[in-house]
Amino acid sequence: MSGFPMLLRKEILRFWKVAFQTVMAPVLNALLYLLIFSHVLEAHVQVYPGIGYTAFLIPGLVMMSALQNAFANSSSSLIQSKITGNIVFVLLPPLSELEFFGAYLIAAIVRGLVVGVGVWLVGMVFIDPGLAHPIWALVFAILASAAFGAIGIVAGIWADKFDHLAGVQNFVILPLTFLSGVFYSIHSLSPFWQSVSHLNPVFYMIDGFRYGFHGISDVSPWHSLAVILPCTLLICLLSLQLLRSGYKLRT
Amino acid sequence: MTAAVSIRGLEKRYASVHALQGIDLEIAEGEFFALLGPNGAGKTTLISILAGLTRASAGSAEIMGYDVLHKSRHARRNLGVVPQELIFDPFFSVREMLRFQSGYFGLRDNDAWIDEILDNLALTDKANTNTRLLSGGMKRRVLVAQALVHKPPVIVLDEPTAGVDVELRQTLWAFIRRLNRQGHTILLTTHYLEEAEALCNRVAMLKAGRVVALDHTANLLHSGDERRLEITLAPADQLPAILLPRLVKQEGSLHVLRLLDYADLEGILTTLRTSGVAVVGMNLRQIDLEEVFIRIMGQESDA
Ligand SMILES: Nc1ncnc2c1ncn2[C@@H]1O[C@H](COP(=O)(O)OP(=O)(O)OP(=O)(O)O)[C@@H](O)[C@H]1O
Ligand SMILES: [Mg+2]
Repeated sequence: MSGFPMLLRKEILRFWKVAFQTVMAPVLNALLYLLIFSHVLEAHVQVYPGIGYTAFLIPGLVMMSALQNAFANSSSSLIQSKITGNIVFVLLPPLSELEFFGAYLIAAIVRGLVVGVGVWLVGMVFIDPGLAHPIWALVFAILASAAFGAIGIVAGIWADKFDHLAGVQNFVILPLTFLSGVFYSIHSLSPFWQSVSHLNPVFYMIDGFRYGFHGISDVSPWHSLAVILPCTLLICLLSLQLLRSGYKLRT
Repeated sequence: MTAAVSIRGLEKRYASVHALQGIDLEIAEGEFFALLGPNGAGKTTLISILAGLTRASAGSAEIMGYDVLHKSRHARRNLGVVPQELIFDPFFSVREMLRFQSGYFGLRDNDAWIDEILDNLALTDKANTNTRLLSGGMKRRVLVAQALVHKPPVIVLDEPTAGVDVELRQTLWAFIRRLNRQGHTILLTTHYLEEAEALCNRVAMLKAGRVVALDHTANLLHSGDERRLEITLAPADQLPAILLPRLVKQEGSLHVLRLLDYADLEGILTTLRTSGVAVVGMNLRQIDLEEVFIRIMGQESDA
């Protein structure tokens, strides 16, 4: 029998055991954003006709939290194991690189979705943003969490210390998510910044995800899917290849 | 019969260190084998290559006939490794760790064997304790337990008794011996040479990445007729000066003298009697592995 289910189970338990930090904390974070931005902007900003700013903001926050936590899950699990040395517990058994990759990736997706649902439920306390196309919403949530979970694997393998990870988080993950239209529609930007935003894959993740809630978006969900699917596959392949090479894990 | 461990021309270069400089070694199934050597000799590096944690710069290694690189899944399935570093996973209890480890090897419902391991390593009452909260010696035992969950044919222990108390060392060795009798091959590194002498049928000594001695333990101990005479003198007495060239070790009033053959004994006893020192204890024994080790390491550095 394969060792994959047990590794997946362990990776999920790892964050679930400390759910206070890994689930509650990010949900609380999103709640603070929601309180502040909706208080300041609700009366002044309407992005789509008939949709209030808070309702517009909720899917953005859900997606942002899901992405960041998917990244945090795989990257912090790997770096912790590398630093404490207990990575050997998963390197000694006959687990293939694909099984290894799959377990860390799926655990990251699960954490992303759990946090996302938490943020969504908290948002519902303020206002129901609707759920026009649940399948679209789910597809984008999974693909985006997968992409960031895979980036987390790459970063976790590459990083030698927590500082390195913090660097990736501050200089890559945070700018990508903040400049993707979480808090605004890119139509409110100047044409130059609009075209820059169109180069950011995270923009399509959030835009497509919003379509799942409001049934309306800046670009068509098919267009977003066509951008994100290859991106996600590419980063997954890269991360699997890195594992196969033994880079920094089997030196 | 395939060898349990087979190593050919193995080399490992780190940036500034040539840690293994061409190792050839065959360990047959069922052996209890000691890999000895001073700090930095390359023991852990060799074990890491067997375990697939480190890649060799040249040469190859097989576990039960499976190449550690090209047939890694089979090789790993046949191997259990107790790492030298005291590592643990701070999120989980002892039993959880053993269940995970079983699961990684594809084993479900392994609890009967897990309980037996826990019992043999005196860990039963710690089964539900978080590994973070265990003492150093207990963490070491958990590492041993983790290496055994899948009943590997080849068991490699990298200094398993460092920091483990005397009583438990006995219990641990009794357990490992039993596994050895049941057919498991044991490869052991230790700096306690009396352990290696008592347990292992064959010994390899490593120095600066080379094998400098490889033989049956008995042959190493019986090389030559050299013996040791341990005499304990009364506290006030000095060893007669004429015997000083024979002195190999002194601890307080205990003197260990070199005896080239039994005929030497007569002369030594006469000297002691005529010089009038009081002998309060006397013991004749074989040369031990520690002395062989020191001699071999010494010769190598002269060369
Ligand atoms: N990752 C590494 N990078 C660079 N050099 C290393 C690395 N690991 C080990 N070495 C070097 O390789 C040599 C052999 O080390 P190794 O750990 O195999 O020794 P050992 O025989 O296990 O020693 P000990 O008895 O202290 O455990 C040493 O000189 C060590 O400094
Ligand atoms: Mg070592």
